[in-house]
This record gives sequence, structure tokens and C-alpha cells, in this order.
Amino acid sequence: MFLRIVYQSFRHQARRKLLAGIAIALGVAVATAMIAVATDIGDKINRELRSYGANLVVTPQEDTLDVEVGGINLKPPSDGTFLNEADLPKIRGTFWHHNIVGFSPMLPVTVKVGSGSGAKDVTLVGTYFNKALSFSKDDFTTGVRITHPWWRVSCGDGKESPNCGWPDDNSQNILVGERLATKLSKRPSDTLEVSGRQTTISGILSTGAAEDDQIVAPLALAQQILGKPGAVRRVYVSALTKPPDALSVRDPKTMTPEVYDRWYCSPYVESIALQLEEVIPHSHAEQIRQVAQNEGTVLSRIKGLMLLITLAALFASALAVSAAMATAIYERRVEVGLMKALGASSFAVSAIFFAEALLLAIVGGIAGFSAGALLAGQIGRSIFNSQISIEPVLFPIILAIAVFVTFAGSAAAVRRAVKFDPVFALRGEE
Amino acid sequence: MTTSTTPGTVLTPKQVADRRARAPHISMFTRMILRAAVLRRGRAASALLAMIVAAAVATTMMNLYVDVQAKLRTEFRNYGANVVIVAKDGQSLPADALAKVESILGAKTLAVPFSYAVARTKDGQSVVVVGTDFTRARQLNHWWKVSHWPDAQNEALIGMRAATVVSPNRQPFELTFQGKAIQLAPAGMLQTGAGEDSRIYLNQSEFQNWTGVAPSTIEVAANGTAAEIETSIRQLAQLLPSTDIRPVRQIMEAEANVLNKTRATLYASATLVVLTSALCVLATLMGWVFDRRRDFAIMKALGASERLLNGFFAAEAAALGVVGAIVGFFIGIGVAIWIGRVNFHAPVVPRFSVFPYVLAGSVAVALISAILPIELLRRVQPAIILRGE
Repeated sequence: MFLRIVYQSFRHQARRKLLAGIAIALGVAVATAMIAVATDIGDKINRELRSYGANLVVTPQEDTLDVEVGGINLKPPSDGTFLNEADLPKIRGTFWHHNIVGFSPMLPVTVKVGSGSGAKDVTLVGTYFNKALSFSKDDFTTGVRITHPWWRVSCGDGKESPNCGWPDDNSQNILVGERLATKLSKRPSDTLEVSGRQTTISGILSTGAAEDDQIVAPLALAQQILGKPGAVRRVYVSALTKPPDALSVRDPKTMTPEVYDRWYCSPYVESIALQLEEVIPHSHAEQIRQVAQNEGTVLSRIKGLMLLITLAALFASALAVSAAMATAIYERRVEVGLMKALGASSFAVSAIFFAEALLLAIVGGIAGFSAGALLAGQIGRSIFNSQISIEPVLFPIILAIAVFVTFAGSAAAVRRAVKFDPVFALRGEE
Repeated sequence: MTTSTTPGTVLTPKQVADRRARAPHISMFTRMILRAAVLRRGRAASALLAMIVAAAVATTMMNLYVDVQAKLRTEFRNYGANVVIVAKDGQSLPADALAKVESILGAKTLAVPFSYAVARTKDGQSVVVVGTDFTRARQLNHWWKVSHWPDAQNEALIGMRAATVVSPNRQPFELTFQGKAIQLAPAGMLQTGAGEDSRIYLNQSEFQNWTGVAPSTIEVAANGTAAEIETSIRQLAQLLPSTDIRPVRQIMEAEANVLNKTRATLYASATLVVLTSALCVLATLMGWVFDRRRDFAIMKALGASERLLNGFFAAEAAALGVVGAIVGFFIGIGVAIWIGRVNFHAPVVPRFSVFPYVLAGSVAVALISAILPIELLRRVQPAIILRGE
């Protein structure tokens, strides 16, 4: 009998049930999408924050002082020690290699530009642009195009065209900083004599920093000029890190083995620095505090904001579902009156309503969850150009919340409907 | 309207008519609306509640959407300078440059002068010495890890790597610049992971007494949107023609990027939340109006014109929308302020300019949800409704 009442209720009031079901599905969809976005936003913004550039720098352990003012190196270039280029692919072998977005080696060299009496001293920086490397069957590319996303290459005057662009890493082509290009009155595809070597300018580089007065060239070219094959002065590493917390600022030397393991296996900027030192011999890795220290604040602000908005969204959708359920039950006072007049107990009547609510919540919850997943995916693609995936773990949680909210929304209305005197209900009064 | 005479006194019909004529005149229309609200307060209250919540959520979202961007911009200023003013060709900046920069950008903007010189240590090593204003530099560069800021005469702030060369045991040291020597004591260590680690920082006045070199660079943390900063840069370029003024692209572009993504996410979620609550109001109100089809049928059976009926339900809905919008607006402002305090540790400034939009939206949703069921009911014979079919 119980099942039949529930079944008939769905058969005969299909339109009304559909409305309530849609309300639940809508609420669940919004809640799912918001939860998915809020849980993933930290990761997404962390990736966006990489547009600030490298947050770690690796230098030789016995490094001499940089004597550099306004991008001009005042020190004899052959001074000091170097890192070995051959060690760099090993960065992909560290524990947190998935968190390392990219790295670029730098080798500054002082060169003579032009020939004869017009020669000028200019800093040339050798680096990777988009170099193809491999580490134990793992092929990848890395370079300044990943670690320094604000570097722009144009044909001068901000114009872009196919005959100027980034040089190839294996070529003798170079980029000239925009202020230097103006001083030398050089344009792309002109040739430039750099310390007696003929090079071709493949583009004009604009960075808004010291590189505007420099030449940027493939690393191999800088090594040839310096006469030190394989030499690298420093390496910039861009890594996804976990914001600093109480554990990250502790000195690893004072940690107990368990705490040390936890520290080592967390992607803190400090632990990634230690792992870089381990794979690159005779190196010293240091966080670039301007980038590394500020990420955490921005990240936690945005995450906190999304969390609070998600709470607001959950509240709004819970209210929408409750309102829909309350309306649906309120409209069935007469039915309740009839059932009670025929001798149904309050418990039996409530049970029917809750069974219906459960069914609605499950069906609406499943539909809403799928719709919410699609919605979250759409938001991820259109804003971050990457998928926002939904943890399957969320499904039972969302379903439980949907059932709970539906029950909570129904409870007050069911109680009022059951308490209502059947005589008044049947007479159509309030 | 009931008569308010004391019980026991009998009034003649004329007296009653008199009283009624003198009593404040409440039109039938107003009376019907008021009675409907009082008698069915349960249903009216739930409709009003839905309205209030929707208006509050919409207000919160709009307030946050406008204010959060400004709040995030201040957070991004922790990344330091976004504009750099450099004297052309290695010269010094004019003496009044800092004052001019501050006059254009306002006192709130941080502008920090830097001057550079290459000095020699006793054993002949070159090291870069920088003169600056420590109070300002400290405010601009939050990420500098400094063990102790200099506060006495002849104290210097020493970069981690410079320290290994000039003062490995934190002992006082001597530097010479163009034959002039200076005795300095290390106050604290500076660690940044960048070029600053190889330099020695001195107070600007001491630096200038020693070297005679005036500031050649001013680093500026300019507040505002990209367009506002662009305007400031153009104004500065006119005022300081002998300088190069460059935006720090690394900082500006990354900030714009993160801010745009955050704004888009915020926009998408705000739209979703406002839409959900609007639909919730629509559903509740439609149910409420539909429930009153008996009232509708009786009025129609008694000869009410269609205009009156529409007007009646529309006025009721509009009243609900207005009350809901006003109450919801203030609750929403409260929630926005709370979120600002919890998340950004700074209050969100209430934006009253949002109110007209919230009001218009609430009334529109209320009207739609009143008119739709009326349109449906209009086609039905009153008799059928009254029979309860």
C-alpha cells in the first residue's frame, strides 16, 4: 500500500514532482559546481601565479659576488665557478619533479658589439628559449618562454610578424633588448658582430627590466664566446609550491626523522630547494623571496574568498530546495486530510512524504551532480583553459547533503500538514 | 473596519455613517493588500524570506565583486615596485624628483630612492653599495628577510653573499670609494635570493656624504588599475623629461593575469548564486500566488475587472519586492563586510550604488512571478476554481 501510494503520487502528479525535482537538481548543480571550483581554485591560481616567474635560483656553492648595477655587469666574466649544464636535466629526477614547471639556465658574458673603434661593451646572456631535453626516457622542453612569461619578442615598435621571433636554441641567432636595439639602430634580420662572431638578430626583446639593455642568445653561443663549454652561471627554477606554514619555516637540521620526512615530502619552496641542491653537485639553491613569499598570501586570500562564496552558494541552493519542497507539500493538504480521515497515523503520512522526498533527492541529486560537473568543467575551460575535475569522493557527500536539505526543507511543512485538522483541510480552509 | 466604540453604547445609523466618513479613508485596494499580508502571514512570510535572502545574496555578490578587486590589488602591492624611474645614461636624478613623484601619485604611494656605487674592500674586491631610505624600503619590500634594520650611525645592512666577502664574522669593515674610506658596522643581514644579496645597503645621507652620489633610481609601488598606472606614468614622463620611466612588466602582467582569472571566477560564481536565488524566489512566489486562486476566483465572480485583478496581484508582488530588497540589501552589506573582515582583515566599503540594481531586480522577479500564474488563471472559469478542481 505504502509503495503504491508513493508510486501513484509520482504517476499522477508528474508535473509537480518534476518541478520539485528540477529545483533540487538545480540547487545540487550549483552546489557541486561551486564546491568543485572552490577545491580546485588553489591549484589553478597557483599555476597562474607562476606568471611571476621563477621562485628558486640555483647558483654555484662557491659563488663570487655579482658586481652589477642597472643590468651592467662590472666584473670580469671568467671569474668564479660555474654549474655544469649536463647536470640540469637531473632537475626532472627530483622527488617533486611534477611540481617543477620549468627552469632556465643563465650565463652572462661581457661581449664587444660592432667592430673596430665603434665597439661597445654589452652584456650577453646565454639561456634556453624552448630547449628540448630528456631525462631517463622523459622528453620535455624548458626555457625562458616558460619561466619568464612576460618576455615579449617583436620586430621592434611592438609589431609582430612571421620573419621575427624567438631564436632556435641550436642556432647562432640572438635577441637584442629594445633599448640596446635603439642605441645600435638595429632591426630584426640585421647581422650583428658579437665579439668577432657574425650573428643574426631574430627579434627585439622587451622585458621591462635589465634585459632591455642586453643581448639574449642561445646558451651554447654564450659558452663558445666565454670558451667554457657546459658552463652555467645560475639556473632559475619555477616550481609549484605549498604556501609557507609552521612546518616550512623550521630548520630541517633540528627536526626529528618523522617530521623531517613530512617536511621533505611537502612541496615547500625550502624542501624543493634542498632537493635541487641534492641533484646538482656543488650548488646552492635559494628561494627568490619576492616571488616565493608573496604567493602564499595571494593564494590564501583567493582561496578564502571562494570558500566563503561557496558557503553562500550552498546556503542559497539549500534554501531553494527547501522552498520547493515546502510548496510541494503545502499544496497537498487536502490529500493529507483525506488520509487522516481514513485513519492514517501521523507517522504513516510523514513516512510517505519523506519517502517521496528521498526519491526526489536521489534522482535530483544525480542529475544535479552531473550537470554541476559539466558546469564546473565549463568554468575551468573558459577561465583557466584547463579542466576542473571532480573528485568521485564528492558524489556521496553531495548526495547526502541533497537528501539532508530536502528532508530539512520538508520537515516543517510535513509537520504542519500532519497537524492540520482534517476537517478544515477537506473543507478547503486554512 | 470595525467600530471602536465602547461596548454598550448604541449608535444610530446616522452616527455610524458620520464616523465612517470622518475615519481615515483607506481604499478597498489598500485594505485588500494589507489584509492579505496579515491573514496569510505564514505564506507571505516565507515568500518574503525568500525575497530577502535573494536580495541579500545579490547585494553581497555585487559588493564583493566591486570591492574584492581593489582589495586584491593592495595584496599584490606586496610584490613591490611596479614602476621604476631611472635617470638617463647613468646620471643622477634631479634633486626634486622624489617630491614630484609623490605630488603626482599622492602621499599614499610608496616611492623609494636608490643610489648605487661600486666600492672596494680592503683586499681589493669590488662590491656594490646602495644608498636608500630604510623606512621606505622596508615598507616597499615586504619580502626582504632582515635580521636587524640599521638604526645607528655608520651601520649597514649587508646582503648574505656580500657578508661572506666583507665581514664573515660580523666584524666592522672598511670600504673605499674613489680614495675616500669609510668604517662601517654590520647591523643585520639581508636575504632575498636575488641581486640584493650581493650588495651593501647604507642610509642615503651617509652614503651621499661618503660618495657624493645622488639617487639614480626611484622604485614606485603605484596603486590602481593598469589604466590608472599608465596615466600616472605619462604624467611623470612629462614632469621628469630627463628620466626613463618603465613599468615593471614582470609584476604588472602577472598581477593582471591573476586578477583577471580571479575576477572571471568571481563573476561566474556570483552569476550562478544570484540566478539560483532568483529562481528560488520565482518558485516560492509563484506557489504563493497559485495558492490564492480562490481569492482570485471570488474577486472575479464578484465582478472585479481584469485590470483591477492584475493591479492587485502586481501591487502585492511589488510591495513584497521592495520590502525584500530593502531588508535584504542591509543584510547583504553586513555579510559583505563580514567576509571582508574575515578574509582580507579590512572592511569592505558598503556600496549604495548597488541598491537600485537590487531593488529593480527584486521587483522585476516579484512581478514576473505574480503575473505568470495570473495569466494562467485568467483563462479558467471562476466556477471551476471555486469548485476546487
